[in-house]
Amino acid sequence: MMHIIVCLKPVPDPKHWSRLGLDPDTKTLIREGIPNVINPLDRKALEAALQLREEEGGEVITISMAPRSAMPTLREGLAMGANRSILLSDPAFAGSDALATSYIMATAIKKLGLYDLILCGDQTLDGGTSLVSAQIAEFLDIPNLMHVSAIEAKKSRVFHVRSQIEHGYMLVEIKPPMVLSVVKEINEPRYITFMNILEAEKKEIQIWSSQDLSLDEPWVGLKGSPSQMADVFMPEVKRAREILLGDPSEMTRTLAERLHRSEYC
Amino acid sequence: MDFKLTEREELLRKTVREFAEKEITPRMDAMEETGEFPIELLKKMGDMGILGVITPPEYGGTGMGNLARIIALEELGRVCPAIPMALQVHHMATHAFSKFGNDEQKKKYLPPLAKGETMGAVAVTDPSGGSDVAGIKTSAKLDGDHYILNGRKCFITNSHFSDFWVVIARTGEGGRGLSAFIVEKGFPGAKPGRKENKVGLRGANTGELVFQNCPVPKTNLLGHEGEGMNIAISNIVETGRPGMASVALGILNAVLEQAVKFANERSLYGKPIAGLQAIQWHIADIYADLEISRLLVYRVGWMRDNNIRCDTESALAKQFACEAARRAAEKAIEIHGSYGIMKEYPVQRLLRDALVTIPAGGTGEIAKLVMARHALGMFK
Repeated sequence: MMHIIVCLKPVPDPKHWSRLGLDPDTKTLIREGIPNVINPLDRKALEAALQLREEEGGEVITISMAPRSAMPTLREGLAMGANRSILLSDPAFAGSDALATSYIMATAIKKLGLYDLILCGDQTLDGGTSLVSAQIAEFLDIPNLMHVSAIEAKKSRVFHVRSQIEHGYMLVEIKPPMVLSVVKEINEPRYITFMNILEAEKKEIQIWSSQDLSLDEPWVGLKGSPSQMADVFMPEVKRAREILLGDPSEMTRTLAERLHRSEYC
Repeated sequence: MDFKLTEREELLRKTVREFAEKEITPRMDAMEETGEFPIELLKKMGDMGILGVITPPEYGGTGMGNLARIIALEELGRVCPAIPMALQVHHMATHAFSKFGNDEQKKKYLPPLAKGETMGAVAVTDPSGGSDVAGIKTSAKLDGDHYILNGRKCFITNSHFSDFWVVIARTGEGGRGLSAFIVEKGFPGAKPGRKENKVGLRGANTGELVFQNCPVPKTNLLGHEGEGMNIAISNIVETGRPGMASVALGILNAVLEQAVKFANERSLYGKPIAGLQAIQWHIADIYADLEISRLLVYRVGWMRDNNIRCDTESALAKQFACEAARRAAEKAIEIHGSYGIMKEYPVQRLLRDALVTIPAGGTGEIAKLVMARHALGMFK
């Protein structure tokens, strides 16, 4: 029996990113009118959790820190097969950076109590700091492995975890509890079935506020965040077209030389 | 009135869209080329629940209902309209069993249909024409424990891929002399005939069925003898027309996407053509056709789910959405200019697909007759 917690972050659907804006005052993304999806790597983390549960039995709980409007995204996680969901939602959490988020998430995980594995995506599409999984592990004082591309449950509660490194991978034998963050290669998430959509409606989404977690106030929200956004801007991309003339070998040589000088990089 | 879709319906749309984009898109070129339905997808679509969406849970479906079915077909059609064309006829077979089958027939045929282990079809049209249901000549004569079927059916969707067909045949005189039979592919004297080579919806298989002294067990009579007309019409009105309208809805979605994308990307006089009024009027027309069609088609789904009779509304939705799809695709081609008639651009295929929806599942003219009869009776 395994107790697996999956951290799911609702992020703006990449298909609609052309409509995303930046608010120069709050220095945040303007997400209004853009549908959310489960952060793609978090979805893979959930798939990995479901596969482990299918092999070993147990329970998969998703945990998310988001506004209440994220409920449909959590329901999607339940329709994929998670047993239940926890939504951490409180106006006080707004503006939390990776450290404050990790503190809130870790506190919620402690409150849940029983866990063997905590799975996350290696990074999120919107923030992309790749810090939260490691910081959750630190708050919980348990091991953390990143860039995980395979998880195999062995006998005697031991796991073989493959973690990608620059020119290969490490195979790590590790005992739970632990935090793992997964990469794209780990799996292809399942399709949600209509039957599971119906099942998901019967499953519970619990909402926990700051009060439910008895959090240390100076550690949460914008005020509790040591990293602050200094500025946000849209990079201006300028494209120039140039037509090379001459005979093919001459043009090829010119192009190669310019590429070599990284003129076009 | 509440026009907002539920969380359930939104999630269903999202999951079908993802499935269609990932699984169907890579197969579309082959479907266009060969005119073959990708039968290997049937089981996957069964596993997802698309095939059993209107099948009651006790017979292996989810029973999610008609609006859910419409949304699923629309999303599949947005990517490849041939797929929902095939599935909507598959659904017609499930509807025939659910509504008119006895318990034994339901137990035997519905679960494999819902799971995608078998494919089904409904065969009404004789070579003499589809609109003249009362004129069907395909005959079924009782001989002991069997009916002996003779005749031909044409323009039958899923003809060659189906494991059985619900066949309407003549057992007596006139409109009340029609009956429905479950004819399995392996029955002696029953076989698919020629495969049609359509201009559009190419990935949905269409062809003939031929019956030569084909013995059909009496137990394979669907409903009662003489109930064939009722079964055919109920199937067309309640499942076929909303199904075809959903295919058209899928086409309309794709047409709008293609038209907008092109209008924003194509530059003329140094600016995207989307800035030109002539283009904006076309875009507005396409958008209006999509939105009006969606309201009409969803209403039929809602009415069916609330057990409200919807003969006229179903005819209206079918006729309007299919014509709208043709109209919109033509406008999208105009927006594309010469690119629109090149095979590399999807709009030409969408027009060909839209053309096929117009006669399928009851012609536009018959649908107009239904509407006119209703309207003429309103102020008598």
